Amino acid sequence: MKAIQQTLRNFVTENFLFGQGGDSFSNQDSFLESGIIDSTGVLELVTFLESEYKVSIADDELVPDNLDSIDRLLAFIERKLGDAQKCA
Amino acid sequence: MCGIAGFVGFDGRRPDAAMLRQMIRAIAHRGPDAAETFHDDHVGLAHARLSIIDHSGGGQPMSNENGSLWVTFNGEIFNFVELRTELTGLGHKFVSQSDTEVILHAYREWGESCVRHFNGQWAFAVWDARERTLFLSRDRLGVRPLFYTWVNGQFVFASEVKSLLVHPNVRREIDPLALEQLFTLWTTVPPRTIFRDIFELPPAHNLTVHEGQAVTQRYWHLDYVPDDPPLSDEDYADQLLELLVDATRLRLRADVPVGAYLSGGLDSSLTTALIRKFTDAPLRTFSVTFDDTEFDESRFQQDVVSRLNTDHQSIRCTSDDIGRVFPDVVRHAEKPMLRTAPAPLFLLSQLVREQGYKVVVTGEGADEMLGGYDIFKDAKVRRFWGRQLDSKFRPLLLNKLYPYLPNLQAQSPAYRQAFFNVRPQDLGSPFFSHLPRWELTSKLKQFFTPELKAEIGDYNVYEELLAKLPFEYSRWPAFCQAQYLETTLLLPGYILASQGDRVAMAHSVEGRFPFLDYRVAEFAARLPTRLKMHGLNEKHLLKKVARDFVPESVLNRSKQPYRAPDAKSFVKAESPRESLDYVTDLLSIDRIVDTGLFSAGAVEWLVKKLRGGQITGIKDNMALVGILSTQLLVDQFIDPQPQSSPVGQRITERVST
Repeated sequence: MKAIQQTLRNFVTENFLFGQGGDSFSNQDSFLESGIIDSTGVLELVTFLESEYKVSIADDELVPDNLDSIDRLLAFIERKLGDAQKCA
Repeated sequence: MCGIAGFVGFDGRRPDAAMLRQMIRAIAHRGPDAAETFHDDHVGLAHARLSIIDHSGGGQPMSNENGSLWVTFNGEIFNFVELRTELTGLGHKFVSQSDTEVILHAYREWGESCVRHFNGQWAFAVWDARERTLFLSRDRLGVRPLFYTWVNGQFVFASEVKSLLVHPNVRREIDPLALEQLFTLWTTVPPRTIFRDIFELPPAHNLTVHEGQAVTQRYWHLDYVPDDPPLSDEDYADQLLELLVDATRLRLRADVPVGAYLSGGLDSSLTTALIRKFTDAPLRTFSVTFDDTEFDESRFQQDVVSRLNTDHQSIRCTSDDIGRVFPDVVRHAEKPMLRTAPAPLFLLSQLVREQGYKVVVTGEGADEMLGGYDIFKDAKVRRFWGRQLDSKFRPLLLNKLYPYLPNLQAQSPAYRQAFFNVRPQDLGSPFFSHLPRWELTSKLKQFFTPELKAEIGDYNVYEELLAKLPFEYSRWPAFCQAQYLETTLLLPGYILASQGDRVAMAHSVEGRFPFLDYRVAEFAARLPTRLKMHGLNEKHLLKKVARDFVPESVLNRSKQPYRAPDAKSFVKAESPRESLDYVTDLLSIDRIVDTGLFSAGAVEWLVKKLRGGQITGIKDNMALVGILSTQLLVDQFIDPQPQSSPVGQRITERVST
């Protein structure tokens, strides 16, 4: 879990903050409210999740409840990975 | 169309004639046909001439019959024929057919309020030798540029900053607050420019220099008070057509052939059609096309060409072309830019010039005056939703916005709503319409170095704008407030400057804009807003007028703003090793650190991301173009030492003692 969390934080810091201020957002901070993410950012994030974790994200999962903070992302990915294992 | 420069000194020394010559040589591209200077004990005036009206009798700087008034003038007074008749009736005697002479007589007759009689696009300086006063003026909407500064008690002015930088004592520094403005609003707020202590005369302002003091005064402004009760839609349509025909006809006054730009949109299609229909001027049209279908509008251009049967030429623009000419574009624009869209127009003016044309009519101004921009639509939807934030149905209108932005169209409804989120506190903001754009752009400041941020300190660009808003602003309809912001910020600061005058004049081409006739602007300000945006149908009245003149396909197409390939013109994902030498150099860690404005680490990540070929959005594109253009600007204007002037055309010198 720590590893996933760190990977997610790295992705957000490098890709949206260009290495600046990676310490300045907490795991609970909303990407939308803090302006970290814009409309293209959502697509970037989803592309990253799908390729990094080999999961497929459905249209109805593209909601802030799943994607709008490190904590929410972590929970979402763990759920997705768990589902994938159950299916396997 | 021309370039002007000059100075007036108050320290008792004679003006430096050699420097005057160097100043005008620095902007010789604006007027390659002739250059002349004039100086006496107090003042130096210079002029680079592009001959358009009265080739033989329009030499400048021009004086009146007794030499008490001198003028150097860039631009056109389109109603000079009518003014000459009026002034002749008042006893004035003219010796030429030029509009320049009209300025001298009008100034003699009406003093500084002469500009209220002018219908045109101008930047000029009149030296009143008797009063020892230098009077400068700039047109109402900011078509023509005019910059100035003070050096050792001397007031120095010119059409472009590069002419001022010839002066050895003019400082070459970037103004940190200007960067804060530009990376919020996409432009600086006049009189501030990107260069510290170099100023721009705001549109619709006069400036008088007398005994070492300068006084700036606004002589015109738009007041957005819709008619109450309104006229019928038919009456408004008739009036608008009549005004546009007359505005276009006035703009065809030239002693050289006039061409027209065709973007494929409604506005330039209509101005071109009006030339065809209401004048017998021969019609040549010019367009930009793109390989990239995301930007290309050639299908609509061709529809207009077929319908109007014009003699048409276009230039195909690729991202490689943009990358190649971008340093020249920035050198002419003298301002950082967040988009590359000026570059294709730089190439287009080159084509126009090669074809022997000096003047083009274009459609700029229609979106601002008659309600065409997406930002107006966006604000309307958000405000409507904001009145009932709980509504399930109102946010569905968001689907109608920005159909040409694929990354936005790919969003789920939940995210779409989140991105257009209306914060209750924003509803009362005077900048409601523009906050999403400005806040998105402000994110680019994450690239600023801590040192730059410290210099900017607690300066707040919104507070400055707020202090500059006209008294009447709060009484205007919300729609018109948004129009005012576009008309006073982006129009003169970017559309008519970096994307207008500067890239056209780079190849000695003059743009003329029927929609920016002040009578059209004043008429539009009185229109009921529903005739600008009817529901979510933009430019409603203009479309009604255009129906008889432009092809159905152009009339019914969805609005597409003029854009060009941005980051991929410089950093290619498909061949990441290939990069233009200047891009590699100016974005290198060393050069970024040298300039000191942007964080080298952040720039490195940005370039890496763009090279990686991931999806990139508006913000990343703007960041790269903004950083690169700023680096180019520093490289071209701040770093170099003053150079001796290049060998140029012969300059005719006149001296009065």
